[in-house]
Amino acid sequence: MDNVAVKPIGVVGLFDSPDALLGAARRFREAGARRWDCHTPYPVHGLDDAMGLKPTRLAWVTIPAAFLGLLAAVALTGGLSVIQYPIRIGGKPLFSWQAFVPIFFELFVLFACVSTMIAIIVFCRLGRWHSPLHDSDVMKHITCDRFAVAVQTGGEGEMSDADVRRILEQCGCSEIRPLVECEE
Amino acid sequence: MTRGDSILAPAPLIDGRLSPRQLDDDIYRPLESFPTFRWWIAISITGSLAGLFAFCLYFTVSRGIGMWGNNQPVGWAFDITNFVFWIGIGHAGTLISAILYVLRQTWRTSISRFSEAMTLFAVFIALQFPLFHTGRPWQAVFWLIPFPNDMSVYQNFRSPLEWDVFAVGTYGLVSLMFWYTGLLPDLATARDRARSSLARFLYGLASLGWSGSARAWRHYEKAYILFAGLATALVISVHSVVSFDFAVAVLHGWHSTIFPPYFVAGAIFSGFAMVASLVLILRKMFRLQHIVTLSHVELMNKIIIATSLMVAYAYAMEVFMSWYSGFGPEWFQTVTRATGPYAWAYWTTIACNIVAPQFLWLRRVRRSPWLTYPIVIAVNVGMWLERFVIIVVGLHRDSLPSSWGMFFPTWVDIGLLAGSFGVFLTLVLLFCRFLPTVASTELKAVTAER
Repeated sequence: MDNVAVKPIGVVGLFDSPDALLGAARRFREAGARRWDCHTPYPVHGLDDAMGLKPTRLAWVTIPAAFLGLLAAVALTGGLSVIQYPIRIGGKPLFSWQAFVPIFFELFVLFACVSTMIAIIVFCRLGRWHSPLHDSDVMKHITCDRFAVAVQTGGEGEMSDADVRRILEQCGCSEIRPLVECEE
Repeated sequence: MTRGDSILAPAPLIDGRLSPRQLDDDIYRPLESFPTFRWWIAISITGSLAGLFAFCLYFTVSRGIGMWGNNQPVGWAFDITNFVFWIGIGHAGTLISAILYVLRQTWRTSISRFSEAMTLFAVFIALQFPLFHTGRPWQAVFWLIPFPNDMSVYQNFRSPLEWDVFAVGTYGLVSLMFWYTGLLPDLATARDRARSSLARFLYGLASLGWSGSARAWRHYEKAYILFAGLATALVISVHSVVSFDFAVAVLHGWHSTIFPPYFVAGAIFSGFAMVASLVLILRKMFRLQHIVTLSHVELMNKIIIATSLMVAYAYAMEVFMSWYSGFGPEWFQTVTRATGPYAWAYWTTIACNIVAPQFLWLRRVRRSPWLTYPIVIAVNVGMWLERFVIIVVGLHRDSLPSSWGMFFPTWVDIGLLAGSFGVFLTLVLLFCRFLPTVASTELKAVTAER
């Protein structure tokens, strides 16, 4: 770690209460911050609105996947019992769908859940094991009891360091640190 | 809740007021300190039993399933009894994590993570029994799952046993994903608290780089409620499907429409008894009495008594319907249960499942770990025997007296039953050592909301 160069890329402010964070999030939204995010130990209600985030579209993945599962179950049971391996059992029709209902239901749920799991990983951008918050040594506060706003600065049309610090101070921020990124 | 409070007042979450940091300190302590002497004693006992399980499975495979006591006319015995018992144990976990979440019962937070883990372990153990009953578990994939093969031979999807494969398989996978999703933020906490670089690396890997970002939380919360909703429907379907193994068969004493709801209620009943019997020990072992409080024990006891009454109703209806049907062989089954060679098992079931939980009407009993403990153990025994009675009594005397017989377990049967508890408890102890037993993130959120 000694040889690692540290590059400042923005500012991170730590708050002690969710209410103060909500106030700051509203301010940054109004100020037109671009690359920024709030980090909290648990979901804070009202933060989506304060940050101006759109509602999640996760259900748009889950629901079609569930019906795809249903379709897959119909194809699986029907295809195998009617075309691939047709055997009359108990004089019942080959496609005796009533008996297949448990399989329809289970695959409906299975597809819905697997797609939801994949969707969380993709939507929440999980699987990236490193973030500037670790380099800035604030993550251990975030996963415990403090609430953070991380704002990247210096890009084109972005806020300046001084602007961010000013807003943080006005919103009752308890600690302000530079947001840094380690370079190899 | 004290005596003067309204019964509608929300149940307390934890005893006293703890800051989020104190909560974390208490919850993550077992992960961060060397295991206590008691833990080593416990795991050496359960580990030996788990070894017995492995040995009996080895014996079963190498000598054949003739090592088990089931034979004509009792072709199913301990294997499926254990299967239904363990699947049922798992159901309490899903009830706590999914149904109580959907119903906004925030008190569940203290025990939800642990019960979900218990679900996973129970389902894993349950699967071993049908798998090894095939005799060739390494080939079972071709027999159980529709798998393209040279012979172009496929499963009969009209069979309840095939429904079981799909139901239990889905249940196991969904429980795993639901549990892991809930665990993600807690793993991130464990990562950031870790002192050794190996622990930081492993928890970091498992937490998938969770950073508590507001953008992530909004997807996460939606996913959690979707999981909960799907799991709620799933848990009811799974034990219904398990009950179809019997209800769809044309056998007196099995062929009954009451089975699905009766089995689901029984599963939740036995599962809560198992949660209570483990939690009562673990809260003391890991010094979590202020997080898993006596109020939690009391609430669990209330669910136990409610489900006990449902099970009692089902027992009564079974007897009534068999009499009311006016069908000789059906009534014969009922009489055989109560007076035949397995009458001891039937009456023990009644005593354990219906009589014993009635003591929980007393508040003093509900709030006392020492008085609760024998009751929940009795319920565990009773629920195992209930499945034994349904299965073995149903099979041992069919309509033709010349083909009557008895079932006697072999030492391998008993070894597998005892060993399955060993595997289960070993997994539970390892879980408590390496992963947070309480959903700390959720607990912080609900205590902050209060």
